[in-house]
Amino acid sequence: MRVRTVLDEAEVSRAVSRIAHEIVEANKGAEGLRILGIPTRGVPLARRLAERIADIEPGVAADDIAGSLDITMYRDDLRRGRLRAPEPTRIPAAGVDGTTVVLVDDVLFSGRTVRAALDSLADIGRPDTVRLAVLVDRGHRALPIRADHVGKNLPTAIDERVSVALREVDGSDTVTIASADTDDEGEARA
Amino acid sequence: MIRHLLSTADLGREDAVRILDTAEEMSQVSAREVKKLPVLRGRTVVNLFFEDSTRTRISFEAAAKRLSADVINFSAKGSSVSKGESLQDTAQTLAAMGADAVVVRHPGSGAPARLAAAGWIGAPILNAGDGTHEHPTQALLDAFTLRRALAGLPASGPAEGDRARGAGLDGAQVAIVGDVLHSRVARSNVHLLRALGAHVSLIAPPTLLPWGVHTWPAEVFYDFDEALAAHDFDAVMMLRVQFERMHQSFFPNTREYTRLWGLTEQRYRRLPAHTAIMHPGPMNRGFEICASAADAERALILDQVENGVSVRMAALYELLTGDGTEAQQ
Repeated sequence: MRVRTVLDEAEVSRAVSRIAHEIVEANKGAEGLRILGIPTRGVPLARRLAERIADIEPGVAADDIAGSLDITMYRDDLRRGRLRAPEPTRIPAAGVDGTTVVLVDDVLFSGRTVRAALDSLADIGRPDTVRLAVLVDRGHRALPIRADHVGKNLPTAIDERVSVALREVDGSDTVTIASADTDDEGEARA
Repeated sequence: MIRHLLSTADLGREDAVRILDTAEEMSQVSAREVKKLPVLRGRTVVNLFFEDSTRTRISFEAAAKRLSADVINFSAKGSSVSKGESLQDTAQTLAAMGADAVVVRHPGSGAPARLAAAGWIGAPILNAGDGTHEHPTQALLDAFTLRRALAGLPASGPAEGDRARGAGLDGAQVAIVGDVLHSRVARSNVHLLRALGAHVSLIAPPTLLPWGVHTWPAEVFYDFDEALAAHDFDAVMMLRVQFERMHQSFFPNTREYTRLWGLTEQRYRRLPAHTAIMHPGPMNRGFEICASAADAERALILDQVENGVSVRMAALYELLTGDGTEAQQ
């Protein structure tokens, strides 16, 4: 198995900064923004984005816009596989009605997680707009879903594994890709 | 991963904490615009009650409905068929109807375990109280309420922050007072509180303690005041005296019981300010608990009822999702 680093610490940081600026630009400021991370690694990413946005836009507190949105109970495969313990859903106190919600996840792959997040969000309230920000888009979508803000587009083979490590969860920031192939072909394809 | 919920003795610390954490997330649902989760959509939960209990049945029914399950209430009271036969016949009927889980309350201790083991029905069984044996969801909701209170959080309502998540009840001092002999709540609580790291004191007249109580993981006191002097309790759990299960004299008279083992006005005033007051309900006011204690600010009795729904949602979630492979943290 070959493991290759795709983004290092500085590159992750730059990607987060760029996405934060993109979000503020697209929203024309931070008015009515909610940044909701999908557990596990979407949550610290959402927190970082909210903090950058608070740095860029005066009068915005990260605590008022950052939150988490768990999708465990909206998965389409709850009856299969292992028992999954739900993670916290913490919505900013002002709620999501009439806001622009930016869903944040680490890797966009099949799109099933995002579908579940949209279902979950609809039961919590009615935002005006929902956007999607991801650190890595690795392709292979199984549903008609796309991201509005992408840290890095990463063309991959279906059997490759993309792993995102974040300081808050894993101790350091890196994005790596592991190919199942043992020959050089695999890396060339990645 | 647990297959049935029959006894809290089957729950390890990890299982118990996971169920309480899941219940924390379930508690969020009551504050949302849509008070429903799609978890058990298209699945059927049967409430099989061989004994009257409106409170517990309604709580289980609300829990199953909030998870989008279809609920069938089956009240078997008044059945003239002998118990062993009727339990088998009923179970096989429910299996034929496609029940995905059976919540069972039965006057006979061990009836849910029999249902789970006999092979009449393959669905997970939730014990909602069997005779004088166990009542696991009551113990779970007591632990949930106590964990909130110890973390300094509102004892009920939607989760605020994550301070309670992942925690046990380590070092907590809990007194369980009264009719331990007939109490399935006491049995379930002793096991669960111990698994979560709490120290349990049982306080009762010798006649209302079960045979072999010395083997239980709890300290035993025959004198309420002596226990109050020995420990600084975080919670005092009063048990209802179950006259309906008493076929002989267990204490001279009710006034003497109240004086010696009741949470009287005087004892209530002597409790440290942080001691929470709990009761599984229904209460005999003025008998095992005085009105001032029952209505006190630090009484968690109504919080316990409210948390019952979240905890039962968590129990159903635990038994009805996943396919039986190892639990994921």
